[in-house]
This record gives sequence, C-alpha cells and structure tokens, in this order.
Amino acid sequence: MALLEVSNLSISFGGLRAVDNFSLNIEKNQLYGLIGPNGAGKTTVFNMLTGVYRPDEGIIRLDGQDLVGKKTIEINQAGIARTFQNIRLFGQQTVMDNVKIGLHNQYEYSTLTGILRLPKYHSMEKAMNEKAIDLLKVFELEDKADYLASNLPYGQQRKLEIARALATNPKLLLLDEPAAGMNPNETQELMDTIRFVRDNFDMTILLIEHDMRLVAGICEDLTVLNFGQVLAQGDTKTVLKNPEVIKAYLGE
Amino acid sequence: MSFLSYLINGLSLGSVYAIIALGYTMVYGIAKMLNFAHGDVIMIGCYVVFTLMSQYGVHPGISILAAILICTCLGVVIEKIAYKPLRGANSLAVLITAIGVSYFLQNLALLIFGADTKSFTSVVNMPPLHLAGGKLTISAVTIVTVLSCIVIMIALMLFIRKTRAGQAMLAVSEDRDAAQLMGVNVNGTISLTFAIGSGLAAIAGILLCSAYPTLSPYTGAMPGIKAFTAAVFGGIGSIPGAFVGGLVLGIIEILGRAYISSQLSDAIVFAVLILVLLIKPTGLLGKPIQEKV
Amino acid sequence: MKTGIKNMKKEVRGQLITYGLVIGVFIIVQVMLSLGMISNLMQGLLVPLCTYSIVAVALNLCVGYLGELSLGHAGFMCVGAFSSAFFTKCTMTTGLNENVRFFLALLVGTLTAALFGYLIGIPVLRLRGDYLAIVTLAFGEIIKNVINVLYIGRDSAGFHFGMKDETSLGLGEDGEVLVNGAKGIMRTPHQSTFTIGVILLLISLFVCFQLVNSRSGRAIMAIRDNRIAAESVGIPITKYKLLAFTISAAIAGIGGVLYAHNLSTLTAQPANFGYNMSIMILVFVVLGGMGSFRGSVIAAVLLTMLPEILRGLADYRMLIYAIVLIAMMLFNWSPKLIEFRKKFIADVFKKKEKEAA
Repeated sequence: MALLEVSNLSISFGGLRAVDNFSLNIEKNQLYGLIGPNGAGKTTVFNMLTGVYRPDEGIIRLDGQDLVGKKTIEINQAGIARTFQNIRLFGQQTVMDNVKIGLHNQYEYSTLTGILRLPKYHSMEKAMNEKAIDLLKVFELEDKADYLASNLPYGQQRKLEIARALATNPKLLLLDEPAAGMNPNETQELMDTIRFVRDNFDMTILLIEHDMRLVAGICEDLTVLNFGQVLAQGDTKTVLKNPEVIKAYLGE
Repeated sequence: MSFLSYLINGLSLGSVYAIIALGYTMVYGIAKMLNFAHGDVIMIGCYVVFTLMSQYGVHPGISILAAILICTCLGVVIEKIAYKPLRGANSLAVLITAIGVSYFLQNLALLIFGADTKSFTSVVNMPPLHLAGGKLTISAVTIVTVLSCIVIMIALMLFIRKTRAGQAMLAVSEDRDAAQLMGVNVNGTISLTFAIGSGLAAIAGILLCSAYPTLSPYTGAMPGIKAFTAAVFGGIGSIPGAFVGGLVLGIIEILGRAYISSQLSDAIVFAVLILVLLIKPTGLLGKPIQEKV
Repeated sequence: MKTGIKNMKKEVRGQLITYGLVIGVFIIVQVMLSLGMISNLMQGLLVPLCTYSIVAVALNLCVGYLGELSLGHAGFMCVGAFSSAFFTKCTMTTGLNENVRFFLALLVGTLTAALFGYLIGIPVLRLRGDYLAIVTLAFGEIIKNVINVLYIGRDSAGFHFGMKDETSLGLGEDGEVLVNGAKGIMRTPHQSTFTIGVILLLISLFVCFQLVNSRSGRAIMAIRDNRIAAESVGIPITKYKLLAFTISAAIAGIGGVLYAHNLSTLTAQPANFGYNMSIMILVFVVLGGMGSFRGSVIAAVLLTMLPEILRGLADYRMLIYAIVLIAMMLFNWSPKLIEFRKKFIADVFKKKEKEAA
C-alpha cells in the first residue's frame, strides 16, 4: 500500500478549475517531485493535502486514513508537515523556539505546569531542547539557535522551515519550492540535506520545485502539472524526456 | 402615531449614520484599514460650524462650506502623516495609530474648546411640517437630513460609476497592485477617498448636531463607532450597504430607546453589531475575503 | 558552571530585573512614607498606580503576545470590580475575617472576569484584526451599560433583581439595596493598600512571565507571528487564543478588584470603565513597548505620575500622549523606516568590519 494515495482530486475557484482530476501515489521513503509551469496548481495541491482548502471531489489517504475534510491541525497530527513557498516562520521568536513550537505535540505539559514550573516542566523543556538542537544540527543551524528567525539569511530561513516541519514528527514531508532564492552552492547543499533527511529520518518527501537541477538530481519520480491537469507521471528520467513536458515548459 | 414618529426619527438618525458609514466603508474598501479617527473628524466639523456661527455670526451656509473644506483637508493630512507611512505594515499597528489619531483630535479639541458641553444652534431654520391634522410633526432638520442622505448616496454612486476617479477607486479596492500596474495613481486615489469621506463626515456632524444640539470633544466618538457598526452591518466596502446598514441601525436605536430602555440603547446597537459579525461577518451586502496561502 | 546574573538565561534575568524594580520602588516609597515625604495627593495615587500597571500587563499579554487588540479590557476590569465589591458588600455583615473576606473577594473578582473573558472570547476570537477590536469594544460598553441599569437588593426573603429602579425591587422592610443602578455599590470598605497592590502586581507579572516562557506561551506567540504556519505544525489556534484571552481578562479583573476596594462608592462611568480607559491602558502598553511587561509597568507609573509632578503640563498631557503614541507607532512599524534601520545597522557593521580588517 502506498503511503499517500490521492485520487481524482479536483477543486474550483469561482468557476475556474484550478486542479482537475489529480491522482498520485507515493510509496514510503520515496522522494517525489511535483513540477509544472507557474499557475499550474501545484501549491493548490499542497493546500488541499494539508486541509487549507477542501477539495470539491476526490480522495486523500495517508497510511490508509482518509484526510478529506480534516482540519490543518488534524492533518498535521495525522502525519503531514509542510513548508511554504513564501517562507512562514515565527519571525519574532528564536530559531530554537521555532523548532520547539514544531515539537509542541511531542512533548506535552499543561499551562499550569508551565506557570508554576513544576518538575515536569523542567524535564520536558530539557528533552525539547535536546531534540531541537539535534534537529538544528542536521541543518547546521545549531550555532544560530539564539538568533531571531527573521534575522537569518534567506537560505537558512528555508532550512529552518524544514527543521520545524520535521519537528512535528511527520510521515510525509511537503516542501514547497525549497530551493527558491538559493544560489547554486546552497542548492547543492540543500540537495544533500534533503537526501540526508530522507535516509536518516526514514522520511517520505514530496516537493514542488522549479530548479530542474535539483529535481533531476534527487527526485525518483515526478508528476507534471499543467493548467491543473496531470500532464505526465512516472520516473524522473522518462518524464523529463517526454515531448509534452518539454513543450509545456518551453512554450510553443 | 407615536410609532410612526419614532420611525421617522430613526430614519433621520439612520441617515446620519449612513453618511458617516460611507466614510468608513470607502476607506476600508480602498485603504483596507479602519479609520478610527473618522468619528472625531465629525466633531471637528461641528466645532468649526459652532465657532463660526455662534461666535462670529457667519452665515450658516458659509460655515458649512468652511467646515466641509477644513474636514476634507484634515482627512487628507491625517492620511498623509499618520497612515501612509504604515502602508504595508501589520494591521494591528495601523489600527493603534488610528486610535492615536482619534485620541489626538479629541484632546486637541479639549484644549482649544474646553471640556464643557456647548449648545449647538441648528443650521436648519425652517418651521416643522405638520401632517395628519397636527398629530404627526416632522421637524425641518429631519427632512433635510433624510434628503441630504439620499442626494449624497446618488451623487456618490454616479461619481463612482461615471468618472475616471471613481473607476480608479473601484480598481484600487479590487486589487491595489494590479491597479498600480495599470497606471492608476494609487496614492492620489487613497487621498481622494479620505477627502470625500472626511468632507461627508463634516456634513453628517452638522446634521447630527442640528438634531441633537450638544457638542463636546467626545461628540463624534460614539456616533463614529455606531456608524462603523452600520458599515459592518451593511457589508464593509459596499456603498449601498452603508446606506441600508445606517438606516436599519438608526431605526433599531430609536425604537430600542423608546420601547426597551433608554439607558440600554447603546448596548442594543452594540449587541446588533456582535450578532451580525458572528452570524454573517461579511454583512448584508459584502463580499467574503479569502486569505492567500 | 558559574552562577551570577550575567550567566543566567536572558528571559530569567529580565524577569528578575522587573521584580527587583517593583520591589525596589516599593521599599523606597515605604521609607519615604514613614518619613512623611509623600504628599497626600501622591499617597492617593499609589493604589491606582498598581491598578493601572496590572491592567496594562494584562492588556500587553493580549496585544503584545497574542497579537489581538482588545478595546474591552476596561470592561473586564469593570466585571472584576463589581463582582468583588458585590461579594464584599454581601458578606460585610457575616462577621467574616476582613482579610479572608478580601482574599475571597479577590478570587471572586478574578474568576468572574476570567469567566467573562472565556465566554466573550469564544465568539470574538473567531474574528480577525479590526473586527475583533471593535467587538471587544462593544462588549466592554455593553458591560458598562448593563451594570448601570442593574439593581440588586436583599431582604429576609433573599435576593431581588431588577433592571428599572430601586423601588421596583420590592424589598421588605429589612431590605437593603446592594447594587443601585447608576449609583453603583455604596459604602464598601477600603481594603486595597499599596502593599496589597504591589503584591498583586508581582503575582500578575509572575503569571505572565512564566506563561510566555513556557510551551503554551510559545504556542500563543506562534499564532501571533504566523497563524497559518502555527496551524501547519499542529498548534490548536482556538485553544491558545482563548487561553491567553482568558488569562488576560482574569488579570484585568485583579486590577478591577484592587480598584473597587480603594473606593467607598463604586460606579461604572465612561471615565473609569468606558473605552477611554481601555485606550488609556493601550497607550501605556504601546508606549512601554508591546511585548514588554516591564515597559508596561514603567509606562503606567510614569504616565500617571507625570502630570501630578509637572502641574503645568497637565492640560497638555493627553495631547502629548497622543502625539507620542502616533510617533512611536510610525517609528516602530513603518516598513520604510524599518528598512532604513536595517540598512543603517548593516552599514555600521560593515564599517566596523573594515576598521577591524
């Protein structure tokens, strides 16, 4: 059974079919790419997968669990975490606290415990700090732990967003243009990091990306979206040679 | 008959709310902010007329024109100094600044005119209308107020439909960035919106004080908030909505005062606001706003 | 490991400095009081100073940390004041120990304000931004209006309620009017002292500091910084908004209790519980710095005392506040100024690096 099963997903905005009959299966531990020209509906797919939008039709299953109609919070708890195309960090909090907010549902203690600093507060905070530092190390952000998130350079903000998403302990990680705004060196580094996350966290990753070097370099399978419809689907090499795909990217 | 006269009073008060609500709704639609100081512009307009008429014996017509002119300028200046630098900033910051402006105007008036309540002389100097054999009396102010409101509404609708400036306003309220790309002068349009809204506030204030002839630095605050309620009720951003919302709210307030409790009339109006926002936050005639992710 | 104030975590240090400041001022005032160096007028201000500080801290939790502007905090203060004063009035003749009674009144006031905060928060917190501000304002005004037409009396038959006037209560001969509409609650004991005020302020600060530096506090600030991202990492938005709002209302209620027990007659007027008061408190919060509890206390104290010290300035006080408020908002939030500051700082850094090289 595939980890993520999506079938016949459709949504319209004001009569315009933004995504039409979208289907996708992702196996556990796969690195999967979702590509397509601007406005093809890629982020809309992410928004449906994470419950920001409710699809008009279709089925979304994660590990066999039906997700359509669930709220964003419930979907996160079911095991999907994401990053955003336009970075959404908690800018006025430290890098460390951003990750600790991601750990919110892993390490619980009550508000009263927190206010009164009961023993459980100390043990939980200690565990959270250790876990958060471990995650930051993966992204080489541990020496920036006390910085305000909004003061990080762009590339590191993108990394911090991934670290925060990972902190929620997901089964499936959705990355929305993780390499946007990065220079070639940073992109190369990011590719290594993504592979590392997949291997070491036993993670399944679905990513949207425009940088073809990254897509060709790390994605095993691809789905190409054009005008809301699936144009091609399959293993990366075959899909990228597909004349329809080349046409859609280069134009007539 | 008493019900009918309450209804007419409600229409009159509602017309004032409608004119004030126009200022809120236009500014909200175009600048996407709640101009908390709008109510205090009303108060400034009233003080201008009061000073000119009662202290210098200026003709009411000229006093009114002066008040409209001063309020128009005031609106534009407020926008330039306090709101324009914050364009694109967090909406909480804009709102707090607007509250600051409101606070400033109130305390400025307090300093200049004193805290004591002034009795305002009505600008309408005509005999009341007697109907149904003298059983129903409608004051001239009431008639002038309702008529002014209707005229203003029609003029404003025509302005927006028929003129380039009006079309620019529509464009900016739909999508500011797109309008800018299409060559619309966004800053000019926002200034114009504040100018019109504030000019209307002066008219509304004068009508309000002619009907309820007391004037203090806090005169504008409550009607301002209630008119905002009216704008929300009708659907913020919608001009016909402001009209409908204003009238309904005015009638609710007067009937509530007459039949439920005079002390609770404000509470009733606010309860209406809360109900509307909770049941249909977009108001009667408003459009929903979607947040982009 | 070294100990000492320099090696402490930043947040802990900030917290201790604030407590130290409050206690320091308290001791100085006590010494000055015993030496008779404080005028009667100033003595009369001591409890209100604590009251405003507490409410400002409460509002800062709501505005600075939750990121929602409430214009109804005077309403929560009003609820705390009236519920506690009502309790005190009811139990005055029972022979209850005075201190126990005050403590119970404090609990009653705080919990009632919390309950109102919770009940009002459920519908209100669904709204965003400007709408939320205006609806909290509406609730605050409704609370004030309703209290002004509320009549409660008691006789041997029990409690009587009315919304019209004193006589409509239909009290027996042994009856006593407890809440008398617009005339409020009369002849309540003065029990608020400066010492109690300072203790309550310290408790309020403690609760707020510990809250924002805990798991729940981080969740609250996450919602403020980016609601959509907070949802995406599984933070239950409504729960934490409601939590912060309720605690904020409860602390405003504490301020109300202190306020009520500093007066012999408690009435709800626009000046004390109207939205002008809410805005006054907001001025303290903004001038003290949104997100800084210490700033709120300092601003509340300074801005309340200044006009008393500089008599000539009293007339201009509000106007100056307004101008400073607008100027501070523009300085702190104008996108252009923020960019300018960032550039400026970056330039300074570059120069230093060059000099170093």
